[in-house]
This record gives sequence, structure tokens and C-alpha cells, in this order.
Amino acid sequence: MEKFTTHTGVGVPLRRSNVDTDQIIPAVYLKRVSRTGFEDGLFAAWRNDPGFVLNKPEYAAGSVLVAGPDFGTGSSREHAVWALQDYGFKAVVSARFGDIFRGNSGKAGLVAAQVDEKVVQRLWDYLDEHPGATVTVDLESRTVRAGEGPDAIEDSFDIDDYTRWRLLEGLDDIGITLSHADDIAAYEATRPSWKPATL
Amino acid sequence: MGKTLAEKVWDEHVVRSTPGEPDLLFIDLHLIHEVTSPQAFEGLRLAGRRVRRPDLTLATEDHNVPTLDWDKPIADPVSRTQVETLRKNAEEFGVRLHPLGDVEQGIVHVVGPQLGLTQPGMTIVCGDSHTSTHGAFGAIAFGIGTSEVEHVLATQTLPQAKPKTMAVTVEGSLPEGVTAKDLILTLISKTGTGGGQGYIVEYRGQAIRELSMEARMTICNMSIEWGAKAGLIAPDETTFAYIEGKPHAPKGADWDAAVAHWRTLVTDADAVFDKEIVLDAGEITPFVTWGTNPGQGAPLGAAVPSPEDFADEQDRIAAEKALAYMGLKAGTPLREVKVDTVFIGSCTNGRIEDLRTAAEVIKGHKVAPDTRLLVVPGSVRVRMQAEQEGLDVVFKEAGAEWRGAGCSMCLGMNPDTLQPGERSASTSNRNFEGRQGKGGRTHLVSVPVAAATAVRGTLSSPADLVPAHA
Ligand code: SF4
Repeated sequence: MEKFTTHTGVGVPLRRSNVDTDQIIPAVYLKRVSRTGFEDGLFAAWRNDPGFVLNKPEYAAGSVLVAGPDFGTGSSREHAVWALQDYGFKAVVSARFGDIFRGNSGKAGLVAAQVDEKVVQRLWDYLDEHPGATVTVDLESRTVRAGEGPDAIEDSFDIDDYTRWRLLEGLDDIGITLSHADDIAAYEATRPSWKPATL
Repeated sequence: MGKTLAEKVWDEHVVRSTPGEPDLLFIDLHLIHEVTSPQAFEGLRLAGRRVRRPDLTLATEDHNVPTLDWDKPIADPVSRTQVETLRKNAEEFGVRLHPLGDVEQGIVHVVGPQLGLTQPGMTIVCGDSHTSTHGAFGAIAFGIGTSEVEHVLATQTLPQAKPKTMAVTVEGSLPEGVTAKDLILTLISKTGTGGGQGYIVEYRGQAIRELSMEARMTICNMSIEWGAKAGLIAPDETTFAYIEGKPHAPKGADWDAAVAHWRTLVTDADAVFDKEIVLDAGEITPFVTWGTNPGQGAPLGAAVPSPEDFADEQDRIAAEKALAYMGLKAGTPLREVKVDTVFIGSCTNGRIEDLRTAAEVIKGHKVAPDTRLLVVPGSVRVRMQAEQEGLDVVFKEAGAEWRGAGCSMCLGMNPDTLQPGERSASTSNRNFEGRQGKGGRTHLVSVPVAAATAVRGTLSSPADLVPAHA
């Protein structure tokens, strides 16, 4: 997993609440055997609508999704996070996340930044007035920033300490476990010889 | 204070324990199949990682393989891609695979025990919820998600929070003609599909001790259907006799050392469970489901319940929905429910003992005119053993279809599915809406009930059959 310290990228206002993981990626897109390539399925039901935000050229390079509350509820499919990442998103800003989605995000390296509902509203308004403008998600200082001058938006976001630490260090679960490789090897040395092997 | 069996096995596998963090558990055996493994291998590839212990990993093809024409290329492109991907991954990462056509191919939870890889005191995982089956040997065995599959492939360990423990004690003996399947269906119906949530369950008591290994696997298999993390049974002479001589069983001095250790794997007399349930085996009768979750069941001798029978409002609403989906009228005796297809197979009831039981009931009878009977052995070995004993002839003479090994109609990922509105009596473990095909209606039953139902065309037990002409 890549280290995440701070990211600045085009903000995409997704003015919808209760976007569940079936909406993020419908079941028919789960049949692939690869870990990548899920971008086609992202928000599939809405992608045919020319008015849908991701279809507007200003947001083509979008990498920070600003979504309504209760983003990522429903099915536990890990593909929802993969689809967002495959599309190019590095962070999602919302007032509330589905629990499992937030957990999966942390595992895969997508920052799920939980902010106050008013911050989402201000970001939406700002991005509508300045399509294609960037939003910064700073994990070190736990702040979201956008705009300049007196109207600049700057506020803190919530993310649990353990996930933040892992993201800052670029450690996925496997990476953390592998940092205990000595413990694993020590354990392996004590296993009885009669335990079965498949090879 | 003493320890429970589950605690003993758990503690023996802790690689690392730190306050505030889940325990890091060593995994003795990782089973793999084509559906939940592709992204895990892809993840390894993307991160440049390898499989840490290919020698503790085993793959087989089961979920979407065809049970007819298995020597030809798989017709469905998605299934074919998944199977071919597994083959490529197994080759690339050095994992042993038993593919379609291999004599050791079969349902992953039938293959492990049959090879003697499933042994007491082990930790066993697989990207499949019915991994709990292996608990029958006194192992801690549970299903995991795809990220966890990747984690185990890369590290042979899994971070896990220690679950609570529960004892289910079944006193007395099961009456004649009543099976392990009836016992577990009764238990789930009593406790609800969430009754085991958060627990590793130990099944114990006289009735459990008296069960064969096959029957113990049926019980542990369905632990997940009442929400348990895992189910297990203390190993005993029955367990040791089953394992001895299997291809991967310890031999010679190793065998003696292993058995000596296995004998210590019992719950200490002064150990305390977080929860206890007691059942009276003598009260259990043949049991079937009428609804769309495994907890919606009733004795075969009863009638389809009415939603009004349920005190709890949620249960009432659920029953109403289930009856509508199942096309059943409250008050209809279950014995009068007409069945189109009978499925005998799956990791719950697709082992040799199950096929013997089915053949014994069916011998000399014919499958009812408008009913189809599908017999799908759990593995190629089971199929071969059955053919050696002539069981296939009994099934074919009765008018049943005798198939190749795989999951088949248990989940309908291969061509074996129900049509919309079609009703089945199935020896599998899930009766969810659409599980066996879109719009299909599933009644979960034991093997003797499945066989008798095939003969009569309505839900029945062997006692309902007119004896086959002697
Ligand atoms: S037989 Fe059914 S329950 Fe068992 S592994 Fe196959 S699909 Fe899952």
C-alpha cells in the first residue's frame, strides 16, 4: 500500500445521500477475476445520464469525492472500494459512512474522511461555483481544505487513530503482519512434525 | 480454571498477542476454490508477494463446475474464466490443485476430511462460510472473505478477535430414523438464525458422541446457519478411527504422538462456557423447513404455520413474506406439499454415508412420475466408492439422475438450477430466496426424507413408504 500523507485533487460533488454499495457497484460487475478494472462498474446505474457529475468533463480528473451522508452502507462487497480507487479516487469526504465500507477503505488505502454535514454543504457549493477546483485532504493534520482567501474552507475530519497510522505508514494489514515475520517463523519452528502438509 | 476445547485450540495457535489488538492466529490449513480466490491472488501479484506456505494450502474446483459433461470445456464463460484463473494461479504460486477430472476433485469441505488433511486441534480457513464443517474433528474452522484469503496466502496467519464460547449439549439418544440434519434444523429453528452470533459452539452430550463423523460434519456444517463463528466437537475414538489410514494421516510414531495430543483436546471439567443450551435428543423428529431461512422449520408431521402463530412482529412479517414466496398456504400438512425436484448432495449431505442411506430408502422403489431426483456426490472419491457398492445402479433403476461431483444445485452456480416457481426438497443448507435458481422454492430436509420424498412426490419420511415388494 502507498503511504498517504496529503492529497490535493479535483473535488467531485456527489449530491446524494444513502449511496449504498449496490449503487457504488452493482452485483453484475462483481464477476471479474481481477483486483483491478472495476472502474466501469462505478455508479453504473447513473453513468448513462449525461447530467451525472462524473460525466461532466470538468470532473474527468476527479480524485476527491464529496458525498452526502451514509455513503457506502449495505452489502460488504470490497469491490465498492476497489471501484472508487480504480476510477482514480484517493479520498471520500462524507458526514457518515457505512461501517464495513469504512473498514474496507482503511484496508485498501482509500481515505474515508468524516466531516461535519455543514462542511460537505460548503464544499458542494464551492465546487459548483468553481467546477474542476481542487480539494485537499491532509491526513497528517486531519484537515480538509478548499478555496483561497476569506472564503477558504478549512475544517477537521475524523478518522480513527489506528487507520490513520496505517495509512500514513502505507501499511496494509498484510504489511503489518509481515512486520511480525520473526514471530511467525518462531511459531512455525515449534509446530509438531506430524501436522499435515498438502505437498 | 480449566479451558474449553475451543480455548485450547485457539491458545495453541496464537503467534502474537498484544492488548488492544486482535490475536494473530497461525493457520494450519487453507482451502481454496475458484470463486473467492481470484482477487486474493491478484492482490499478491500487485504487491509482489508470494504464498508463504504452499504446503499448507490446497485448492479444488467445486462451486461452478458442471456435473454433466465434465470432460468437455465449461460452457458458461464466467465459470470457465474463474476455473481457468484458479488453474493459472495455482501453477504460478505453487499451490496444489485438484481440478475437474482429478480423482481428488470435489467440494472443498468433502475433500479435506477425505484426504485426512482435516485433523483435531487444527485451525482451518477457506473463503467459504461452510468451512465450519471441519469443526467435526475438533478443529477451529471458519469462513473468511477475499481480503483475508489474501492475508492468509501471504502470511499463513490471520488477526482475529477471540470469540465467546457456547456449549450445546444434546442429552439422550436420537430416536430411530432421526438424523443429525433433523437435530441441527431443530436447533436453528429453536434459536433463530442469529442465535449463535459471536460464539464458537461446542456440540456435546450423548447424542453427539453417538454420531458418525459424517453426521458430525452435517451438524458443524450448519453452525453458520445459526450465525455461529464456528462449531466443533471434541475428538474421540470415532474421530481417530475415521482419520487413521487416510492419505495425509500421521503414520507410525507420528500417529501415536498425534493421538496422544488429540486426547487432550477436550473441555476441562471446570471450564466455563459463556452460554449453554441443552436439548433432549429423544424429542427430536424428522424436521423440514417451510420458509426462506434455515430457522423457518417445523416437524414433518406438522402443518405449514400461520404468520399469526408468531408472537414477535418481525417473525410474523418474515413468515408472511416467506409463505408468499414459497407458495404455501398456512394449515397445509407438510406431508401434502408436492415437490418437483429432490436434490441429494452438497457439503452438508453429499458424503458416502449419505448416499448409502438414500439408496437404502430408495431401493426397490421408483421416483414419483412428476418428480426429478438429482444425486450429486460430494467428491469424485465418493462417486467412485458409491459405484463400487452399486449405489449408482439403485439410483438409476429408480429413475434418478446420477451426476459428477460438485456443489451443483446447492447454490445453482452451474447449470443445475430450479426454474421459477419450481419446488425442491434439498439436503443442502440454505433455503434463501433464489438460492437454487431465480424463483426456486427450497425445503431443507435430511437424506432419508429427501429419498422418501422422491418416491412419494410429496414431503415424506421413509415410514410413509409402502415397503418395496420383497
Ligand atoms: S456445497 Fe453448497 S454450501 Fe457447500 S461449499 Fe458448495 S455451495 Fe457452499
